[in-house]
Amino acid sequence: MNEAAAIAAHPLSNRPRNPGVPLARDWFAAAAVNRPAAEHRAATLTARRSVKREYQAAWLVNAIRCTDLTTLAGDDTEGRIARLCAKAMRPLAPHILAGLGLAPEEVRVAAVCVYPTMVRPAVRALRGAGIPVASVATGFPAGLMPLPLRLAEIRYAVEEGAAEIDIVITRAHVLSADWSALYDEVAAMRAASGAAQLKAILATGELRTLRNVYMAAMVAMQAGADFVKTSTGKEGVNATLPVSLVMVRALRDYRERTGFEIGFKPAGGMRTARDALAWQILMKEELGNRWLAPDLFRLGASSMLGDIERQLEHFVTGRYAAAHRHAPA
Amino acid sequence: MPSVREALATLDYGPAPEAADAVRAWLADHAAGFGHFIAGRFTAPGETFETHAPATGEVLARVTQGTPGDVAAAVAAARRALPGWSGLAPHDRARHLYALARHVQKRERFLAVLESLDNGKPIRESRDIDVPLVARHFYHHAGWAEVLADAFPGMAPVGVCGQIIPWNFPLLMLAWKVAPALAAGCTVVLKPAEYTPLTALAFAMIAREAGLPPGVLNIVTGDGATGAALVAAPVDKVAFTGSTEVGRAIRRATAGSGKALTLELGGKSPFVVFEDADLDAAVEGVVDAIWFNQGQVCCAGARILVQEGVARPFAARLTRRMQTLRLGDPLDKSTDVGAIVHPVQLARIRGLVAEGVAQGAELHQASCPLPERGSWFAPGFLTGVAPASVLATEEIFGPVATLTPFRTPDEAVELANATRYGLAASIWSENISVALDMAARVKAGVVWINATNVFDAGAPFGGFRESGFGREGGRAGMLAYLRAPAPGRAAAEPALPPPAAGPGLEGAGEGVDRTAKLYIGGKQARPDSGHSYAITGRGGRLLGLAGLGNRKDIRNAVEAAHKAEGWAGASGHQRAQVLFYLAENLAARGPEFAARLAALGAPKAAAEAEVAAAIRRCFWYAAQADKFDGAVHATRSGHVTITMPEPWGVMGIACPAAAPLLGLLSLVLPAIALGNRVVAIPSQTGALAATDLYQVLDTSDMPAGVVNIVTGHREELAETLARHDDVAAMWYFGTADGSAMVEREAAGNLKATWVNHGRRIDWTGAAGQGRRFLEAASQPKTIWAPYGA
Repeated sequence: MNEAAAIAAHPLSNRPRNPGVPLARDWFAAAAVNRPAAEHRAATLTARRSVKREYQAAWLVNAIRCTDLTTLAGDDTEGRIARLCAKAMRPLAPHILAGLGLAPEEVRVAAVCVYPTMVRPAVRALRGAGIPVASVATGFPAGLMPLPLRLAEIRYAVEEGAAEIDIVITRAHVLSADWSALYDEVAAMRAASGAAQLKAILATGELRTLRNVYMAAMVAMQAGADFVKTSTGKEGVNATLPVSLVMVRALRDYRERTGFEIGFKPAGGMRTARDALAWQILMKEELGNRWLAPDLFRLGASSMLGDIERQLEHFVTGRYAAAHRHAPA
Repeated sequence: MPSVREALATLDYGPAPEAADAVRAWLADHAAGFGHFIAGRFTAPGETFETHAPATGEVLARVTQGTPGDVAAAVAAARRALPGWSGLAPHDRARHLYALARHVQKRERFLAVLESLDNGKPIRESRDIDVPLVARHFYHHAGWAEVLADAFPGMAPVGVCGQIIPWNFPLLMLAWKVAPALAAGCTVVLKPAEYTPLTALAFAMIAREAGLPPGVLNIVTGDGATGAALVAAPVDKVAFTGSTEVGRAIRRATAGSGKALTLELGGKSPFVVFEDADLDAAVEGVVDAIWFNQGQVCCAGARILVQEGVARPFAARLTRRMQTLRLGDPLDKSTDVGAIVHPVQLARIRGLVAEGVAQGAELHQASCPLPERGSWFAPGFLTGVAPASVLATEEIFGPVATLTPFRTPDEAVELANATRYGLAASIWSENISVALDMAARVKAGVVWINATNVFDAGAPFGGFRESGFGREGGRAGMLAYLRAPAPGRAAAEPALPPPAAGPGLEGAGEGVDRTAKLYIGGKQARPDSGHSYAITGRGGRLLGLAGLGNRKDIRNAVEAAHKAEGWAGASGHQRAQVLFYLAENLAARGPEFAARLAALGAPKAAAEAEVAAAIRRCFWYAAQADKFDGAVHATRSGHVTITMPEPWGVMGIACPAAAPLLGLLSLVLPAIALGNRVVAIPSQTGALAATDLYQVLDTSDMPAGVVNIVTGHREELAETLARHDDVAAMWYFGTADGSAMVEREAAGNLKATWVNHGRRIDWTGAAGQGRRFLEAASQPKTIWAPYGA
């Protein structure tokens, strides 16, 4: 097994956690991000690469392995969570798995992502599967709750069994360039998370400019985030390739300065197998295969899995698939 | 194919070949060889040569070596088709061009695959860039055909066009040549490059399929000899894209022939990265510049100039990015870098790089494995390149750029312009002031700000300096295939023998003796030769002596003109003020000038009319100084694309014998109105009308050096100007022989020329003034600036 596969087998690897660094404005104050150029790169990235046949199947399986299978809806119930967790443990129908030549334990999602009150049901449903539960917290999605309440929510989720916490930042701190406030907030959240991995949702659709995205990502990493994540899924615009490009370049720069590897999680708006390929191409091209493993790359999605399953069934059977013949998430 | 599990372990891209079955079948159908496409039919193959796939070396097809007879037949077919085609209603021509655009789209995959096979370029490029731009070009020009009469009133098609295109963008260059020609009503004989003839032949079939009338488009394949035959053939215009060396030969070959000529030649374009640039964007820019089409791009950013403060991180990022480039099968959809077009080109790249490395440069090259068969060169860049190195001066036409640090914007300008070429420039800065300043100062026909290699049919493309002249795309591109209606039978300009430098005539001895010197750098200067020559009036009467200028006087005048560079930076309003004032001062001395013209032989009424016309002409060009402006082009969304007319710089102007005042001003005024500085050779026989102007120029606040006047033997002085490497454009309005001489000698630095081919011009009439003078006095600079917050 090579490195990527080894890591894939153990979603929460032993890579050293990012301890953060003191706020260093000079790491981002002069950052230049040219939007047309970023959009051009993002558009041509996927036009420059094509993945076919067995390779495509493998890439789609890898996308499943990197998926944070997510439900963040007001009507979530324990039953709904149980169904989602069942899908997380067995994302592909047995005949597809067999056709791919893979064992059931080789194809599971990276995590299940839910609201804090759904953590306990999720942990229960996933018992023994080795799939971590991620919880959003800090007044998701807007984050406009008093800081003590937001920190208490993190601690609650961790106590309920969440191994990963997806926090939202205060967008106002970015929009008003109050970097020390943003830094202090994320650092406090990191402390509250304890052993749980901290994923910082930047809500990029509300930060608007790519320069804001770069600066917010850099501050979040300096404050100790383990992952940076694009979106809540509740914004007008969620994960886009240009935004993702800028974020992965920020974490590349952070690694260059500190040596610490930060994970990246695009979330929201990704629905198709084609999207799954596009984001993996982005990671491979900009950062290399190391960032195709679930300890450094997650796809925050819910409906994308269904399309991947249909594409994989087509690969296995040669017939175009129908969603209603697959188990729902 | 590995198993899914194996693929999961590597997460490689794996092979993703584009299917070539349809193209292979087409090639098999034509295994017997291709003939030429003449008068709507394919001729039987003649003596053939092979065309190869650069990626493998395999023979793709056999095509016919065009003979002079083949060329003659094609030109005759185009000539026969011309009346019918140019006589079609514009709308009908538009329908044909629209059909070509549509048929290119219907055959898009076929054309992309064939292009990648024959040229070696990645399918990603032929599919996503070349072929869509081809279709776009025909659409755009279908539009020009439709609106021709409204957009270009009174203009006529140039006629039969001989077009020669290169191998780097075979089909796209065909489109750039054919679409405007057909839209204008011209007919075409096109010779594709010998390395890459196949898409042109396929296009001929597509044109037939689309119902283009026979003879409107003819395609003759062959090598340079076929091209030379086409240049020599009785065509009305030659359009060439290719090397500067061949362009120069074509300039000489067509000199004096009266054939219109446009040249799109080589480049060594700067790629300037300022310290405030988005460095990642600039690195991707390099990928799209010198690593695009294997660097075989005339406008490639071949000289990367990086501000010192970011030179190290930029080089580091470039090195890392270079390693992710995928080199290999052009038909694989994941290939970034394809094959070099031909072993000969590969040898040239290797030779230049080896020579540069021997001179001390360091080559940084991607470590990608090269296929065993075919022509390949790993992408890279070179550091430590001395300014005089072959790598800094010669166009490599391969996937290697030089990387040179600079300190200040001024130094960036100096380095960017230290080249004989002037095709394109790419500028990277997030500071709009810095970027626009560089854009204004760089000598290049196309400037991309925070972008590179962006093209559109609506934006003029073409070079400054030895990158050629003429534009392709947009309105400027259409002008290259149109001409003003041919004047009727014009009288010939008289030949002017060298004036005698010895005394012999009897003077009148009236009044205080006047001394007519030369006018150089705002001062009246004695001729270097120490000689004068006699100016005579009616009946051979001696009117006075004029200085007999020589080559050194021309040299001095050109130097003085260069020193007056500030004129180009003056606002249109400032230049207009000077020209209005010139009119005022000329009017104040009108009777004196009329008397001078009368003494030189003009009837009194004609002399007065000439002075009046001269004053009006000053007003007209004063008016144009702040009105002949650029355009904003409708190209791509999210891009500002503007064209600014830029003065050539220093122009040489040789004047006709007749109308010694109006002829001179008709030529000098449009030039200086747009910011040029001129060295003018006034009417040889009427030079005193020009020397009288010195004081008027002085009193009109004309800055020193903007207008320089050297009297003497027109042909000798014109030859010195035409040969001068620091003169950017040359107008000549003398004899047919002199016109040929100027066009021939201008080939040295490929200065743009405008000559009268010996035809006399009525300077008092419509032919003596107009927009075409301003168009000839400037070159468009196209600036692209994508935007987005």
